Amino acid sequence: MPETVLQAAFPSVPRGGLAAQRVRRAWWMAAPMLLVLAAVGGWPLLRTIWFSLTDSELSRLDDYTFIGLENYVGEYGLLASTDWWHAVGNTLLFTGLSVSLETLLGLGVALLLNQPSRLRTLLRAALLVPWAIPTVVSAKMWSWMLHDQFGIVNQQLLALGLIATPLAWTADPQLALFSIVLVDVWKATPYMALLILAALQMVPVDCYEAAQVDGVPRWQVFRRITLPLILPGILVAVVFRTLDALRVFDLIYVMTSNSRDTQSMSVFVREQLIDFGLVGYGSAAATCLFFMIALLSIVAMGLMRKAFERAAA
Amino acid sequence: MSRIELRGVSKSFASTPVLNGIDLHIEAGEFCVFVGPSGCGKSTLLRLLAGLEDVSAGEIEIDGVLVNDLPPARRNVAMVFQSYALYPHMSVYQNMSFGLQHRKLPAAEIEARIAEAVRILQLDGLLQRRPKELSGGQRQRVAIARAIVRQPKVFLFDEPLSNLDAALRVQTRLEIARLHRALGSASMVYVTHDQVEAMTLADRIVLLQPLAGRADALSVAQAGPPLELYHQPANRFVAGFIGSPAMNFIAATVKSLGDGMVVADVHGMVCEAQLSAQGLTPDEPVTLGIRPEHVLLGQGTQQARVCHVERLGELSHVYLDLPGSRAPLLAKSPRDDIAIDDLLPFELPAQVMHLFRADGVAQARSNAAAAGAADPAAAAST
Repeated sequence: MPETVLQAAFPSVPRGGLAAQRVRRAWWMAAPMLLVLAAVGGWPLLRTIWFSLTDSELSRLDDYTFIGLENYVGEYGLLASTDWWHAVGNTLLFTGLSVSLETLLGLGVALLLNQPSRLRTLLRAALLVPWAIPTVVSAKMWSWMLHDQFGIVNQQLLALGLIATPLAWTADPQLALFSIVLVDVWKATPYMALLILAALQMVPVDCYEAAQVDGVPRWQVFRRITLPLILPGILVAVVFRTLDALRVFDLIYVMTSNSRDTQSMSVFVREQLIDFGLVGYGSAAATCLFFMIALLSIVAMGLMRKAFERAAA
Repeated sequence: MSRIELRGVSKSFASTPVLNGIDLHIEAGEFCVFVGPSGCGKSTLLRLLAGLEDVSAGEIEIDGVLVNDLPPARRNVAMVFQSYALYPHMSVYQNMSFGLQHRKLPAAEIEARIAEAVRILQLDGLLQRRPKELSGGQRQRVAIARAIVRQPKVFLFDEPLSNLDAALRVQTRLEIARLHRALGSASMVYVTHDQVEAMTLADRIVLLQPLAGRADALSVAQAGPPLELYHQPANRFVAGFIGSPAMNFIAATVKSLGDGMVVADVHGMVCEAQLSAQGLTPDEPVTLGIRPEHVLLGQGTQQARVCHVERLGELSHVYLDLPGSRAPLLAKSPRDDIAIDDLLPFELPAQVMHLFRADGVAQARSNAAAAGAADPAAAAST
């Protein structure tokens, strides 16, 4: 009613003046955060992209020339570097292995934790411990446990007679990536489990009861009711973990340093930037990593929106 | 044919008793309604029948088979949930077929059953929709259809109408009554807190009362045909719950006792009740009860002032000030010309008066009165 009165009195006042006010207020509220993001995210990103188009080096940061896409597609450019592609391969392999293992294990743990039990609250808290330990600490811890001469893992396996000679868990090229995946799974499974548990607890109890009265077998209930209903939740968890895993640095750097066999994209970037002082080249690699992750995020968000719409429909 | 028999059934959650001492049998094809105020355990009783909860004591038999330890799937019951419990990610068709798929039924049989349910509940054109795209009434019908295709021995309804608006509730109530006639042999057990639903649908009402922490109280306040509960409530709780607006209760003392007649004193006003005098003693404090529709206005020897009037169109609710009573006496009257502060003559006819002793138990109607006031078939009190 007031709006129509307003319309009659002041025809110039746009319809939905309140809505416009709300939009303005929202922008004011968001402005500080946007400024901070631009300062700590946007500006460094733009500088990295700019450096990637120059021949800048660490020892003479201000003395550079613009060389266009030379760092990417030149004769010695990134796309021609076998080391880079090796790092990309390592990263993808690490991401694929660790995220799928974490998803499966996380789902299992979440299903167990979803069973009513007095231990549940305690277990839920205990579960978070690996996730709460800083990665550098847990990586160092595992490095010691996996040490080829003094590590407890080798000692136990030898004692049990499962292996005849100690294994070089982090030094053996065949084993190193596997060891890293193992530690990442140990660390990130709780995170997966908690996200999936949250999704599980959103499934209405009466759906289960209806299926129970109808005599639907448990496996069918899981496959046809539980899984479709928690799928959006699982997808969110998988996307979060994937984006995380693609940037993996600390775990690999602590456990195997600069070893070519396990080098991830982030480790490659650090090596070029710091060890070799090639700021331009390293920035090009960092920019590639950024665009890969950005592309994946956009695709994932599109897929998730579809999944959510289907779940909501 | 499916008879349900409950013997000494009790249920407590942790140390809180919810249901106590339930002995009940539900005949094959009977429409039995569990009704009661919130917290009386009626939904819990239904879930005990479904097998979604374990009994704490007692036995449940369906068709002569002890089902205490049988999982829900093997009891051959179908349940319609208060929230409908439709599978949100499945279409209407899938919602109906899902419960049948693992039963190794031929596809043609599943098709036929669904087609039949669709016809009965008029679901044509909705089969490919998801629950989100349906109105409340449509969801309710899908939930009922999902139960029908199972062809169970017993249908269990848990407050199926409570999420619908008033008009739709009346319509769906009619549909459920019709459905019960159409399905014939299947028993239906229906839970509601709404006594109108209970009165209109039930062959038999089981009125449950909250235990309120008393370990010795029984859950079933009265069980019987709707009119028996209306005309011959076994106790004050039943009398107050059945009937709308509720029965008037008036504190009184017994003045004298006759043959099939009790005379009581209400602050100097003399009231007669055609009830058995057995067990009563003069000067005993009692509670008189009379339904608003039985109070006669505009005649009789008593007089009272009108303190409030509600005009509903078809009739009026007239509130009378009684001497020495805080609660006014409510009377239904077809007249719409009664005004506040009018002084009206009224009468409390002796043949429709109820009388409750201090422990709430109703005084039995003397034989002469029972024949006139109550449903003859329901004359035997439970």
